[in-house]
Amino acid sequence: MTAIVNRTRAFLGPEMAGPGFALLAVLIVFSLASPQFFSRATFGSVAFQLPELGLLTLAMLLPVLTGGLNLAITFTANIAGLTVAWVLQQNGGADAGPFAFLLGSVLGIGVGALSGVVMGLVIAYTRAHPILVSLSMMIFLRGLGEFLTRGGDVSGFPAFLQPLGHGSIFGFPVPLLVFIGCVLIWHLLLTRMKLGFNTYMIGSNIEAARYSGVNTRKVLVLVYTLSGAMCAVAGIIMLARFNSVRVGHGESYLLITVLACFLGGVNPFGGFGRVIPVFVALVVLQLLSSGLNILGANQHLATAVWGILLITVMILRFAAGHFKFLKRKKG
Amino acid sequence: MTGRESAEGGQKPLLSLRNINMTFGGVKALKAVSFDVLPGEVHCLAGENGSGKSTLIKIITGVYRPQDGAVIDYDGQTYSHMSPVTAQNSGIQVIWQDLALFPEMSVAENIAFQTLLGRWPRFVNYNSMREKAIKALARLGVTLDVDRPLKDYAIAQRQIVAIARALVGEAKLVFMDEPTASLTQSETDHLLDIVRTLSASGVAVVFVSHRLAEVLEISSRLTVLRDGALVGVYPTAGMTQSRITELMTGKTFDQTVRARNVDANPVVLEVEGLSRPGQFEDISFAVRRGETLGITGLLGAGRTELALSLFGMLKPRSGTVKLQGKLVQFSSNRDAIAAGIAYLSEDRLSLGLIQPQSIADNLVIASLDRIKDGGLLSDVRKQELVARWIADLGVKIGQQGDAISTLSGGNQQRVAIAKWLATDPKLLILDAPTVGVDVGARAGIFDIVAKLADSGLAIILISDEVPEVYFNADRVLHMAQGRIVNQFTPSDCALRDIEAAVYA
Repeated sequence: MTAIVNRTRAFLGPEMAGPGFALLAVLIVFSLASPQFFSRATFGSVAFQLPELGLLTLAMLLPVLTGGLNLAITFTANIAGLTVAWVLQQNGGADAGPFAFLLGSVLGIGVGALSGVVMGLVIAYTRAHPILVSLSMMIFLRGLGEFLTRGGDVSGFPAFLQPLGHGSIFGFPVPLLVFIGCVLIWHLLLTRMKLGFNTYMIGSNIEAARYSGVNTRKVLVLVYTLSGAMCAVAGIIMLARFNSVRVGHGESYLLITVLACFLGGVNPFGGFGRVIPVFVALVVLQLLSSGLNILGANQHLATAVWGILLITVMILRFAAGHFKFLKRKKG
Repeated sequence: MTGRESAEGGQKPLLSLRNINMTFGGVKALKAVSFDVLPGEVHCLAGENGSGKSTLIKIITGVYRPQDGAVIDYDGQTYSHMSPVTAQNSGIQVIWQDLALFPEMSVAENIAFQTLLGRWPRFVNYNSMREKAIKALARLGVTLDVDRPLKDYAIAQRQIVAIARALVGEAKLVFMDEPTASLTQSETDHLLDIVRTLSASGVAVVFVSHRLAEVLEISSRLTVLRDGALVGVYPTAGMTQSRITELMTGKTFDQTVRARNVDANPVVLEVEGLSRPGQFEDISFAVRRGETLGITGLLGAGRTELALSLFGMLKPRSGTVKLQGKLVQFSSNRDAIAAGIAYLSEDRLSLGLIQPQSIADNLVIASLDRIKDGGLLSDVRKQELVARWIADLGVKIGQQGDAISTLSGGNQQRVAIAKWLATDPKLLILDAPTVGVDVGARAGIFDIVAKLADSGLAIILISDEVPEVYFNADRVLHMAQGRIVNQFTPSDCALRDIEAAVYA
């Protein structure tokens, strides 16, 4: 029995306390406030909205763990989406076949990865700050995308893409399944693979990692490449959900992804943080906004409440740390 | 114990502490400690990490408040405790090991900014700041460009800036915490001269240092603490390093020369004419299986650069390296590790170990391929590997998942050695393996080194502490200005022969 508890604890990690507590609080408060909260509709809306923010947060997570940041995530997603749209249009637009979509997706993920490769190479070799590098990439991609689309929407996709954005398999929304798959891949990467191990080490002390024989440049390039590829997955899901691509879609998610990471217990300076608590933090944010929606609150108010939640979490973490310190001092 | 608590020669002490007790979380950090400093003397405070030295300094400077019953007599006044403001205003200054300076600001600003604090009008008078800075530096017999940003100066000069800052504050009593830890020998000599100048001008200096040779050279009296209790106060005259070590640790260390003849063993590493202009020139030597080759010399002699070149992190300009008879050229340290070379960095805090990360992760970082199971890293294998090395090297830990920074210096170093042993090396380069390790724990590190050599590992032991290489190596190379200038065999020479050559 204790073995199971220990295994569960190891799986969840110490970062789980914050988001776990927030999840409970949100569930209790809203179920008391509104009898409709525990309904299919709530969870349906959460399940359909979670993946976009979630996939982008996964893309943000890896660079943050290395002590960096990827500010280009939303526009990388848009450009990858544009790539898919372009391939579909070249192959007949609404009449394009599944093969065109497959080809487009591969190319789109390639384009996303390419943006990551470029950022990773610049960061690894010039030691320029990731904020500056990814900011430059973000501006470049935004400009490029607006130039190519002339600021408008690209739409008119084949009907078979509908299920990818809105369909369900055994009651589970397809985007949610894609997201959960990506969460599991990221979890495996960070807990069981050399790249993940080295990501944490680099995040804490890149020079010490280099002295221990870690190929720090390769790790940085791969981290940003995977981040870019994950953006592309988000871009494809967004294409299917909106049935259109527009440069600027999801732009407001950018900073929310950073905050979702921190809410999930990720160390803002790198080196520590796990996927599962971040996943729970995302669920909390989405439940909060859906719950407020049910209560009839304004959508913008929901965003404001996210901000309050995050500040509260920071204060509570500080208080918890202080409490531990006092307890130790008193013995 | 032969402790004498009264001040010498009837001179009235500048500072006199009686009955200082301090408890942190149930642990007695100081037990009824007394401590005296005479005006203008150089006094050394010695003790292992955790013996209470820093706690005592923090009580004198008002950071901590001692338990009731304490008596602090300072400069004619009696206090039950100090406050940081009283301490500073009455001329007590501390130069912490990290110096607490502002690298981006000018030398003058660093020296004189404290004199501005709390003054009215709240304007900055740069001319008066410069004058004060120049005057303070002149008192130390040093000229620096006071307008240049501090970051342009090396650590030795920054140390002097920190001392000058203390002087601007009209110091009567200056504490120096490990002031020579990152200085070269000539810089250290210069600093010791400055300490003598200070002392001659009537400023009392309390010196906290791990380096016993300096302690003996500079101070007139010595206070030794162990486990929070006063061991005694001793005149430095007639003291020896081994006697101080005994007092600090409460144990006796019989150091014997370990050197053995290993000429019959096969050569592991052969270096021929290796050069990297400006750092080291024309280096040739060989290390055999089971041999411990000592390399000593002053800081800046090119020892670390040579080691990094063997480890593939610096590229030599010319010369050859043969590992077990085969020519090798490394494009990175990963090649060197794969070929069987390991390098323990001299800077354990920022390069040797990843301080915030766990003991286990630090131990396995260089040998991840050994804990794979079916292509993925296995927690079970990791725990097994870590447990084995922890037991093998006698590391004292709580949990494998605890941060490495929670361990003592000696235990951290054992983990760092284990990290490299886990890569199954043929040659282990130890660069200053006892830096920041307590005197008592150093013997344990060298026991491990001896065992490794006996098991057939070739070891290069780099240290600027000559006794370490003399007692623990089979052969000693002396490097100076990038060249090997002497070779000694400890079994046929005396310690002072090598010391005379190195410190000449």
